[in-house]
Amino acid sequence: MGGLSSDLWQSVRLTIELAAITTVILLLIGTPIAWWLARSRAWWKEIVSTVIALPLVLPPTVLGFYLLLTLGPNGPGGWVAGLWGGRTLAFTFEGLVFGSVLYAMPFVVQPIRNAFAAIGDRPLEVAATLRASPLRAFWTVAIPLARPGFLAGAVLGFAHTVGEFGLVLMIGGNIPGRTKVLSVAIFDFVEASQWREANILAGGMVIFAFAVILTMTLIEKRGIRR
Amino acid sequence: MRLTKLVGLAAGIGAWVLTTTSVPAAETNVAVAANFTDAAKEIAAAFKAKTGHEAVLSFGTSGQFYTQITQGAPFQVLLSADDARPIKLIEDGLAVADSRFTYATGKLVLWSKTPGLVKGDETLKAASFSKLSICNPAAAPYGAAAVQAMKALKIYETLQPKLVEGATITQAYQFVETGNAELGFVALSQLTGPETGSRWLVPQELYSPIRQDAVLLKSGAGNEAATGFIAFLRGPEARAIILKYGYALDGQS
Repeated sequence: MGGLSSDLWQSVRLTIELAAITTVILLLIGTPIAWWLARSRAWWKEIVSTVIALPLVLPPTVLGFYLLLTLGPNGPGGWVAGLWGGRTLAFTFEGLVFGSVLYAMPFVVQPIRNAFAAIGDRPLEVAATLRASPLRAFWTVAIPLARPGFLAGAVLGFAHTVGEFGLVLMIGGNIPGRTKVLSVAIFDFVEASQWREANILAGGMVIFAFAVILTMTLIEKRGIRR
Repeated sequence: MRLTKLVGLAAGIGAWVLTTTSVPAAETNVAVAANFTDAAKEIAAAFKAKTGHEAVLSFGTSGQFYTQITQGAPFQVLLSADDARPIKLIEDGLAVADSRFTYATGKLVLWSKTPGLVKGDETLKAASFSKLSICNPAAAPYGAAAVQAMKALKIYETLQPKLVEGATITQAYQFVETGNAELGFVALSQLTGPETGSRWLVPQELYSPIRQDAVLLKSGAGNEAATGFIAFLRGPEARAIILKYGYALDGQS
């Protein structure tokens, strides 16, 4: 394995970095959204929920196309990039993180929302009668009870980001070490007829996907047993 | 006046019925290198008007098509962006040896949407831009030619951190078109619309000629539309279209 290009391992490392950062951001912003979706009685909450779920149905090329325009110098992304002297957020790691967060959001928000909804009002009411503040009840009651949802969301969000291709191809620019992630590297190796490298990465992805789905199933089973 | 119109219409319908009934129209799937997209569309339309045969076009990189054809992709003709892959397909026994010919020689252009930005090689040497778009040098000949030209100018090392790669030449163009890259190496054939921005036709001595070869695949040997399309591509109508899109023809430069 030592003879393989450093390019290959660089793309593996970059992919893990991207997926990890995306997952952390999604847990941070996805949790309050999921909580609100699970508890709110606002009539328009299902509209918000639908917007979040859109990437489940849309081809990645739709998101890729719009991101190419919004991240570019004529869109808001260009303005943000201007803050540190850049021209565009496309072709940057930050741009990929932004795209991945949008793209993987439903995979994180939905399981957490379901887990919050499954708790019901009762445990929180009990906590309230024991004089726990709403915030304290959230931290000590809701979050521990929704643990399987968090686990499922984190695993799915991470896995989905690792598996993303169309979006990265469209806004990434294929820069080694910054935007050349695993799925794009596989595409490249196949195009260049470097099947040995393609095989290693693709085979690794199969094993990874297997492990993810198995983990998910085990988490679910444990959730039911409780 | 009215009568002549009617007669004309009748003659038109008659000719249409005759051509559609006497020549059974065949269909062929043609894999076309992305840089040749616009020219190929026009050639396919002219081909259909002349022969009634339909050439169904798929666009992509030569590398992608090569891999797909080795795995039995249902193409009968390949219009590659290089000569290496058609030769390889003949060696693999997947293409008809004597069908290979150079249908166009590609021209590399440095292009920007901003007027006055591209002045010549000094633009590259000054390097006062943040992103330069090219297409994947491993899979697309225009990408390889761009790298060759930059190496010939001895600026490849310095420019490398600024390079962004599109999977195809179309994507390299699109990165410039959307403004995400200030400039990029594209094919002259992509710039046939109204002259906008600024451009520099990269001198031929900086890169080896992009000989774009066509080849008839074994699966198309018995297909009338496929053999017809290859023949049409060699003919004067197709050559005129190819020239119009900024390519050179074989034997010229």
